[in-house]
Amino acid sequence: MRYLPLTDTDRRAMLARIGVPSIDSLYRDVPERVRLQKPVDLPHHMGELEVERAISAMAAKNLGTGRAPSFLGAGAYRHHVPAAVDHLIQRGEFLTSYTPYQPEVTQGTLEYLFEFQTQIALLTDMDVANASMYDGATATAEAVMMANRVTRRSKAIVSGNLHPHYREVIDTHARFAGFTAVTAKPDPEGREDLIAQIDGATSCVVVQNPGFFGHLRDHSALAEACHKAGALLIVAVTEVISLGAVKPPGAMGADIVTAEGQSLGNSLGFGGPYVGLFATREKYLRQMPGRLVGETMDADGRRGWVLTLSTREQHIRREKATSNICTNSGLCALAFTIHLTLLGEAGLTRLAAINHAKAVTLADSLARFPGVKLMTDAFFNEFTLALPKPAAPIVDALADRGILGGVPASRLYPKDSAMANLLILAATETNTDADGEALAAALRQVLK
Amino acid sequence: MSTVKFTEDHEWIRVDGDIGTIGITDYAQEQLGDVVYVELPDVGRQVEKGKDMAVVESVKAASEVYAPVTGSVTAINDKLSAEPATVNAAAMGDGWFVKIKLSNPSELDKLMDEAAYKKYVEGLG
Amino acid sequence: MTPDPITGTFSGSRALQIEEPLIFEQGQPGRTGVDLPLPPAVSDRLGGLKRQGEIGLPGLSEPQAIRHYTRLSQKNYAIDMGLYPLGSCTMKHNPRLNEKMVRLPGLGDLHPMQPAKTAQGALELIDKLAHWLKTLTGMPAVALSPGAGAHGELCGIMAIRAAHEAEGEGHRKRILVPESAHGTNPATAAGVGYSVDPIPANDRGRVDLAAFKAKLGADVAGIMLTNPNTCGLFESEILEISEAIHGAGGYFYGDGANFNAIVGRVRPGDLGIDCMHINLHKTFSTPHGGGGPGAGPVVLSAALAPFAPLPYVVHGPDGFALVEHDNDPAATGKALGRLKGFHGQMGMFVRALAYMMSHGADGLRQVAADAVLNANYILASLKDDLSPAFDGPCMHEALFDDSFLKDTDISTLDIAKAMIDEGYHPMTMYFPLVVHGALLIEPTETESKETLDQFIAVMKGLAQRAKGGDTAYFHGAPRLSPRRRLDETAAARKPVLRWRPSNITGQAAE
Repeated sequence: MRYLPLTDTDRRAMLARIGVPSIDSLYRDVPERVRLQKPVDLPHHMGELEVERAISAMAAKNLGTGRAPSFLGAGAYRHHVPAAVDHLIQRGEFLTSYTPYQPEVTQGTLEYLFEFQTQIALLTDMDVANASMYDGATATAEAVMMANRVTRRSKAIVSGNLHPHYREVIDTHARFAGFTAVTAKPDPEGREDLIAQIDGATSCVVVQNPGFFGHLRDHSALAEACHKAGALLIVAVTEVISLGAVKPPGAMGADIVTAEGQSLGNSLGFGGPYVGLFATREKYLRQMPGRLVGETMDADGRRGWVLTLSTREQHIRREKATSNICTNSGLCALAFTIHLTLLGEAGLTRLAAINHAKAVTLADSLARFPGVKLMTDAFFNEFTLALPKPAAPIVDALADRGILGGVPASRLYPKDSAMANLLILAATETNTDADGEALAAALRQVLK
Repeated sequence: MSTVKFTEDHEWIRVDGDIGTIGITDYAQEQLGDVVYVELPDVGRQVEKGKDMAVVESVKAASEVYAPVTGSVTAINDKLSAEPATVNAAAMGDGWFVKIKLSNPSELDKLMDEAAYKKYVEGLG
Repeated sequence: MTPDPITGTFSGSRALQIEEPLIFEQGQPGRTGVDLPLPPAVSDRLGGLKRQGEIGLPGLSEPQAIRHYTRLSQKNYAIDMGLYPLGSCTMKHNPRLNEKMVRLPGLGDLHPMQPAKTAQGALELIDKLAHWLKTLTGMPAVALSPGAGAHGELCGIMAIRAAHEAEGEGHRKRILVPESAHGTNPATAAGVGYSVDPIPANDRGRVDLAAFKAKLGADVAGIMLTNPNTCGLFESEILEISEAIHGAGGYFYGDGANFNAIVGRVRPGDLGIDCMHINLHKTFSTPHGGGGPGAGPVVLSAALAPFAPLPYVVHGPDGFALVEHDNDPAATGKALGRLKGFHGQMGMFVRALAYMMSHGADGLRQVAADAVLNANYILASLKDDLSPAFDGPCMHEALFDDSFLKDTDISTLDIAKAMIDEGYHPMTMYFPLVVHGALLIEPTETESKETLDQFIAVMKGLAQRAKGGDTAYFHGAPRLSPRRRLDETAAARKPVLRWRPSNITGQAAE
């Protein structure tokens, strides 16, 4: 077995040193009747070639976005990741290192996480950011629970423009952690006004920008209304590239910003692992979940970094911790930060501009179709079309033509007839003009 | 004349009139090590004898601070947020945590005096 | 230029240890590491929300960026470099085949929201992983979406509460957790609305059965038990424990953090466990990546299976299908809700399946055996030099306390820091809490006897040096690492959590 160095000779010598006759005698504390005497009913070991063949066969059954014009978004976006990113994150010193609990021998991880925290704070225009969460949805649910702690209130108001998965994760925590989540109905028109719902019991209002249906909104007035009522404004961002072009949540007065960081550095990978971003104001720092890296000095007076403020965390605070989170998304955060470092200010702003322009061009071309209506006036790289007939069969028919033509809103709102005809489409720098033409041509056919 | 009383959880309270000043003892700060953060209640909050009132943190530990008596918070030691090390340097003095207005001064009778607390700490080894 | 007072070099670097400033300290405006075309000319539709002013991101070229991260990587310890004996974290070799598999076209570039008929292979892979996990644990169902071990704990404890509520037993509000448990256990129970009641350990390092039984009652929802436990010991009375908790109407949550010790040899289902998370990044070798991502699938008993979170894969009339809503005709209607965006840590599923297929049923059985053998070899070899906390045999990790350091003024931490200079990552220290000054050593099965012998010799040497009273050596360690001991007190008192233009090197912590 290629991963197991011990030989039978080794094993015999080691058992002799231990002073037991067999491996089985090391398991003597296990009640005898539950000790399996032979391997379970699964295949025997395989060489690399056989494993590769089996998994490749499964991969080959999928229509990857790499070989189809793809306009899928709804919280996960296909972007070009520079070759250097994947090369660097596969360096064993990053890939096979643990959480940096011993700072003297993990300065590499700590330094990039410190840079990552800084990049997130800059992108969102907030004071501080943590070293990552599982994904955007869990980060947003954690943000609600943090707002509950900060305000000592327990009612969250959740926008109908929040990604349904994010809302559902909040709902799950609300049920079990014992708080209330009041959810507005889906808002494909982008006109909802939550200000009237805020009252003295409200801990937070959760919105998304750009919204799930693509709408861009200025939430400054909402932030002001929240603050007047002693509540916090949480802004979720599912497409971080937008922060290269759009007014950041911090500038709108957000108190907590959460985001899905997949777009930078991370492949689509059928939904994970991704990387949750979490930023807040300095004054709420102690209520923040997740790991934090801070700057300090070593015994010789040289600058270095450590994990800090860990008394908030479960391994010290146990049942009084701010969250039970332990493992986060270190390697995905590394991919994110390397990609953003390569882009820099100039690269990110241009990438954002390209995304926006591609989406504008696509939206305008499709909105000309008879019976098709563009629902989003202001958007970044994603928009919603109202089709003249149900969107799910259209998407299926497009797939049959080798085109991944967006996400039907009904997949996320299956019982809501108002969603039936809505199609959510995204365009990124990876879409060529030919992709757009192929989509338009196929759509023309299937809409007939 | 002020009196100082102690709890088994290593809080002290110095009473002047109906106002008690509360902190953690020298023994407590020594056990905890370098204090890095103190979380204090808001002024006006009601605290209840034996219930948690504040948190004191070192790098590797967080300890609840319990109210020695029932009352309402009249002042907190703002200085500790910028200079948590004051708790190590002067636990019984400048490192005080809160002042409270006592609701029931007779609760003090149940607490230890200095001699009894000293003996109690010695007993902890 | 004057030499650095610490290193004696002008650069401050030490040969392969090259000092590396932050990206913010080396960027130049206008420089970039990507070449992008000019955006097509369109008038913007941002609704007046165009970002104003600079973001403040530094500009680096590709060679600078490669060098930056390469230099940083060289300041990290990693399994690829040597023994990483972090007890309870299971730092085993990460096969590179797994990395190749996850990047295959058709997996790496698959969008989570594309139609199921275009992702049949991905759903098949998820189904296959589920089959392996169910077979290895002897459990009928598995929830795959939790993002890490602690997230799996949330899932399992939520399932328990959902089941109790469905049975009209919602008044059960207390969860029993051994004192030796990972901090995530009590934090999880509290996060799901339970009070946490600690169970003491006996002098054999196991749950005190009598104390546990005395705590049972009509308000107990369940027990969270890590087995093998955090002392590296198998809970020998586990069948009595599971019988007692079930008899009292509670459920048995098994923390599978240490499943690697028994995989292929003991099925948790046979122990009476109702749900258990499996850290794919521990037992099944997915990389730790400097602190994640992980994946924490939860196997479920028949009683808890209907409450599994959304989404899950089912065999439908047209092949595999994803159930994403509880009102789907294929759903149970009892799902506890959704725990994560999309469908779980697919990239970890691919890696874990590649690992399991590589080992097979026979190899996985050997994995557990060799992990336990290696730990016992360390325990037996160091028992006279360090002080074992409990009698052996142990499972996959060997626990020592600090009594061998009695009267030396040297602590477990000092030993750990001296190990750094010897070229080892320290073991887990001061955990579990039930042992004074704990040193928890987990070698894993991917270490050779030669590696262990060398490590044992070094540990013997350090123990002798400590007992010989060389306190200055230990207090000053490490001396040879990229940084020496860091001032964690200063970091926590005045947190500096991001770079700002005003941060001048060397003054931030003053």
